[in-house]
Amino acid sequence: MSLDKATVASIATLARLRVPDDRLEPMVDELNNILGWIEQLSEVDTDTVAPLASVTGHSLPLREDVVTDGGYPDRVTANAPESVHGFYAVPKVVE
Amino acid sequence: MASLLDFSLVDARAALAAREISSVELTRAYIDQMAATAGRNAYITATPDKALAMAEASDTRLAKGEGGAMEGLPIAIKDLFCTEGVLTTAGSHILGGFIPPYESTVSSNLWASGAVMLGKTNLDEFAMGSANVTSYYGPVENPWRSTDAPDKKRVPGGSSGGSAAAVAGRAALAATGTDTGGSIRQPASFCGIVGMKPTYGRCSRWGIVAFASSLDQAGPMTRTVSDAALMLGAMAGHDPKDSTSAAEPMADLSAALGQDVKGMRIGVPAEYRMDGMPREIDALWSQGIQWLRDAGAEIVDISLPHTKYALPTYYIIAPAEASSNLARYDGVRYGLRVDGDSLAEMYANTRGEGFGPEVQRRIMIGTYVLSAGYYDAYYLKAQKVRALIRRDFDLAFETVDAILTPTAPSDAFAIGENEDDPIKMYLNDVFTVPASLAGLPGVSVPVGLSARGLPLGLQVLGRMFDEGSVVRAGRALELAAGFDVSAAAREG
Repeated sequence: MSLDKATVASIATLARLRVPDDRLEPMVDELNNILGWIEQLSEVDTDTVAPLASVTGHSLPLREDVVTDGGYPDRVTANAPESVHGFYAVPKVVE
Repeated sequence: MASLLDFSLVDARAALAAREISSVELTRAYIDQMAATAGRNAYITATPDKALAMAEASDTRLAKGEGGAMEGLPIAIKDLFCTEGVLTTAGSHILGGFIPPYESTVSSNLWASGAVMLGKTNLDEFAMGSANVTSYYGPVENPWRSTDAPDKKRVPGGSSGGSAAAVAGRAALAATGTDTGGSIRQPASFCGIVGMKPTYGRCSRWGIVAFASSLDQAGPMTRTVSDAALMLGAMAGHDPKDSTSAAEPMADLSAALGQDVKGMRIGVPAEYRMDGMPREIDALWSQGIQWLRDAGAEIVDISLPHTKYALPTYYIIAPAEASSNLARYDGVRYGLRVDGDSLAEMYANTRGEGFGPEVQRRIMIGTYVLSAGYYDAYYLKAQKVRALIRRDFDLAFETVDAILTPTAPSDAFAIGENEDDPIKMYLNDVFTVPASLAGLPGVSVPVGLSARGLPLGLQVLGRMFDEGSVVRAGRALELAAGFDVSAAAREG
């Protein structure tokens, strides 16, 4: 299958990426090129194969759900482009 | 006495312990070399003051007969590891100005063992690349030049290109790298050094900027196999802060280094002999087979039938995980923010401006293959093929102890080459990606030069958690090849 310009624009919206109009067309070609190359996987018969998500075979460990760290909002927000009173600040989302 | 810069990690450690040299002397020599070779752009951030303070502290401990496994040894850290109080960029504009308030587990382990930090090395943006040309901080120059075009600057490979170039060019005694699909082993091959990716889970991922979490693994980049074994010992270890961190004990690697390969069974996979592979790489591989046979190993022909599907599988799984991991860069908590009229617009503007073209491409691919209606066709399919690739290795390791392959399909190309088509760049990792998907440990050992005088490596792969066999066979190759790792530094 191959992507059209509208689909690529909608993937960009899902990915929260602003793609300028003049980049959209070349990106359609680049993505189709890569997806076309990936398409060769359809040759592989995987009907009876279980997907592999963990290479070590370990099950994920559990721990107590307790606070082990924290209490220093100034350090945590020190890298924020904008912070106020120990909180991250963002553009207004509710009118 | 040899120049301070010629010591290997192991030899420098012995000289420090015997008080023949001091850490401050050794560290100063590296700081001078970093300044002299700054034009190669191997470092994004140099930390000479921190290095000297750490070296002084090491000398104090060494004077008392104390000190850890890496005491007083000056090394570089790939700029993908968070370092407390020191700029950490991941080679991306979107992390501009980010000063981590915490230290990654791997770097923290290294400092606890006495290592001295010289600075943070350049890399492909978010470790996505095979030539270090996607870095926001500019390309890195390989210290090696070819004999046929000596005026052309060459790439160091990637993504750990700054680390590889620094170690090869004597601007660091050793460096950390990370390997998702070959990012330690391929640049090691391009720069004529040793690069080792341990088993997935060996080194904690905590505090390493995430790319593809089921694949990312840290490892050492050094001048010798013995150095890699020493440094890996200091980096690795179980860490409760990384839920995929492994608790399996590691073999005594120094003992493994002392063993020859007599009686080892070394597999040679037919599928790695690919169409269009340069003849000199094939010849070098045959030479490596012969060296191991001469050293007493038994060579076994094996088959890894799904090898050709590894790269396309990787280019579903890695971008899928990346698109998810990189969702955190939203202009709110750290790094760049580009304002917009709404929150959603601010996100899109920040990400559109902050991520470079290759990272954007991978986020787009990842978002698409994970999107409703396509997940089964792409992501689930890739996970199934990944299982088949792993099964190929599991079956092979029923009859062999290690596998020998070339590391990369070419020597170092010039900066600017292979940039017209992303897939061309992806093909650099054709021999390294299968083991990444399977989680296996591997090392690239420099063993020779191409016709135009550039280094080439061979790769040894081992079973899960069997770094011992990898080091053992790697050391045998190193002994047989007698590769001169100082050549580039002497000429440069």
